[in-house]
Amino acid sequence: MAAPDSAPAPAAPERSEPRHWLRLVAIWFVLALVGDLLIWFALYPHLPPGRMTDMAAGQQFDIAVLSITAWPVMSFVLLYFVYALVVWRRRPGDDEDGPPIHGNTRGGVAIQVGWILGTAAIVLWVFAFGTYELIVPAGAGGGEGPNPIWRLSGAITTSWTPGSNDMLQVQVIGQQWWWTYRYPQFGGMESTQLYLPNDTPIEFHVTSLDVIHSFWAYQLGVKADANPNVDNVAYTRPRQLGSFVVRCNELCGIWHGAMFNYGKVVTQAQFLSWANGVRAKEQADGLLAALPPYALTYDPTVIPQLGKTLTVLAGITGANGYYYSGAQAGTPGPPVSP
Amino acid sequence: MSVAARAVTLLVAFVAVAVGAAFVVIHYIVGTGASTLTTVDYTSAAHNGQVNVVLQEDPQNTVTSKPDWVSYFVMKPGANPADASSWVHTTLFKVPANTRVNVTIYGFDGCTPLRNNYWSQVQGTQGGTVNVQQFLKGRALTAARNVSVINSWAVCSVAHTFAIPSLGVFVPVLSPTIQVFDKYACGTSPCVPSEGAYSIEKFSFMSPKTPGQIRWQCFIPCGGGFIDGNGGPMQTLGYMTGFMQVAA
Repeated sequence: MAAPDSAPAPAAPERSEPRHWLRLVAIWFVLALVGDLLIWFALYPHLPPGRMTDMAAGQQFDIAVLSITAWPVMSFVLLYFVYALVVWRRRPGDDEDGPPIHGNTRGGVAIQVGWILGTAAIVLWVFAFGTYELIVPAGAGGGEGPNPIWRLSGAITTSWTPGSNDMLQVQVIGQQWWWTYRYPQFGGMESTQLYLPNDTPIEFHVTSLDVIHSFWAYQLGVKADANPNVDNVAYTRPRQLGSFVVRCNELCGIWHGAMFNYGKVVTQAQFLSWANGVRAKEQADGLLAALPPYALTYDPTVIPQLGKTLTVLAGITGANGYYYSGAQAGTPGPPVSP
Repeated sequence: MSVAARAVTLLVAFVAVAVGAAFVVIHYIVGTGASTLTTVDYTSAAHNGQVNVVLQEDPQNTVTSKPDWVSYFVMKPGANPADASSWVHTTLFKVPANTRVNVTIYGFDGCTPLRNNYWSQVQGTQGGTVNVQQFLKGRALTAARNVSVINSWAVCSVAHTFAIPSLGVFVPVLSPTIQVFDKYACGTSPCVPSEGAYSIEKFSFMSPKTPGQIRWQCFIPCGGGFIDGNGGPMQTLGYMTGFMQVAA
């Protein structure tokens, strides 16, 4: 059918295209600013792991700063997504292709340069901030291996004095499926309870007697692998009194999930009283003498008091009383006299 | 291939995978004995705020498909320990809440040094001690005495431990003397006192005030045939670890 013979309709006046980038940047700026203020003032004080120690407070600060860094990026991506859906969506009857995008135009180059500079700046900032935050608080609560690069300031002494800057050394020993703690500055006494004095530099020496465990004192901001025959050092400095949870964070067998207990940060005087009390009881009971000499790691096949290496039968160390290797293999121990 | 044939193929494949997965799960549960373990109920045997729980640990068990695995047994409430039928191969037992639990352990297994000698110390019991005595075929070899430490490194004197870590109960279990154990070790489970060398260890602790299920375990890696003795009976309910159920 022929087209009706009529005069062509007058062209519709061309609508001026709104300045999308200006709109986007304006909305994004408000979103980013409001979000970051909310993160800093509302969320930051409640972020894990709290502020029980310097390490924990440092981790809380790091999470807040990284969130503030991430939110503007995330909000821009989301904003652009929503803006595109609303403004550039396909209208009914609109079957046209979108306009081509040319990367070599003036605007395209600006976008590319801006993108490269922006992402580079963010990555460099995160790298610099992360490195600084790892070094300055002496490893940020993570296990640093047997020879820590970043040490916490504190005097290494053979005894510990309240009110001083003496480093309290605490050995953490993992065994399927419980933690014990040794205090070398208190005669090497050992306990299932983890007590720490407030406002004191703490040096954890984390090890294991069997499989791989992981010492995770969540509120202290400390996490360090407990490996057999390895001394893994981690630092912290308590700033608040109260209880904290210790968990194993490495799948270690049937009771891995039950391998947790509670520790306490107490005043320095309370700690001294507790530590001396445990030491005295263990001395009176004869347990202190029965423990192996304090060492950074332990070999369960050696009984230091006897200077003997144990034989292993069918995977069991010194099974059925057959204690010694070498010439004495197969020789049972002496009669029982507990 | 027609749509019907494809649908049938997919359906058959799905059923095969589902059945296979179910078989693996059921086989695992049955294989570990978790679904077949009996819980020995001591709640009705409680009297005057106390309940008596009797256990034994054996160098082997001849009542399961793992005869070379060391194992605990639980005695039926009020039964005669001299009668083999009194003992149940399980590590699950139930006690009332807020009750003094008087535990007696018959130790039929030989000694093994503790991996951490800290567990030589008795912890969490009433008075901080255990009462121990050694026997041979019902005849006392040593006098009963209360001890707070059984040093397994000075002499080979600890067979296993009984520990409820969440209650702070850690008890080394005395072994029979090595000399008599070598000659008179019990060879058929459950062991009875008339058969061989053993120790008897007694201690008490308070059950929690609130109901729940509390795990207990041995701290001597006694899984023969496994790396460092850590596998097998150490990690399997019904052998060297179990639950104490606390009833309201």
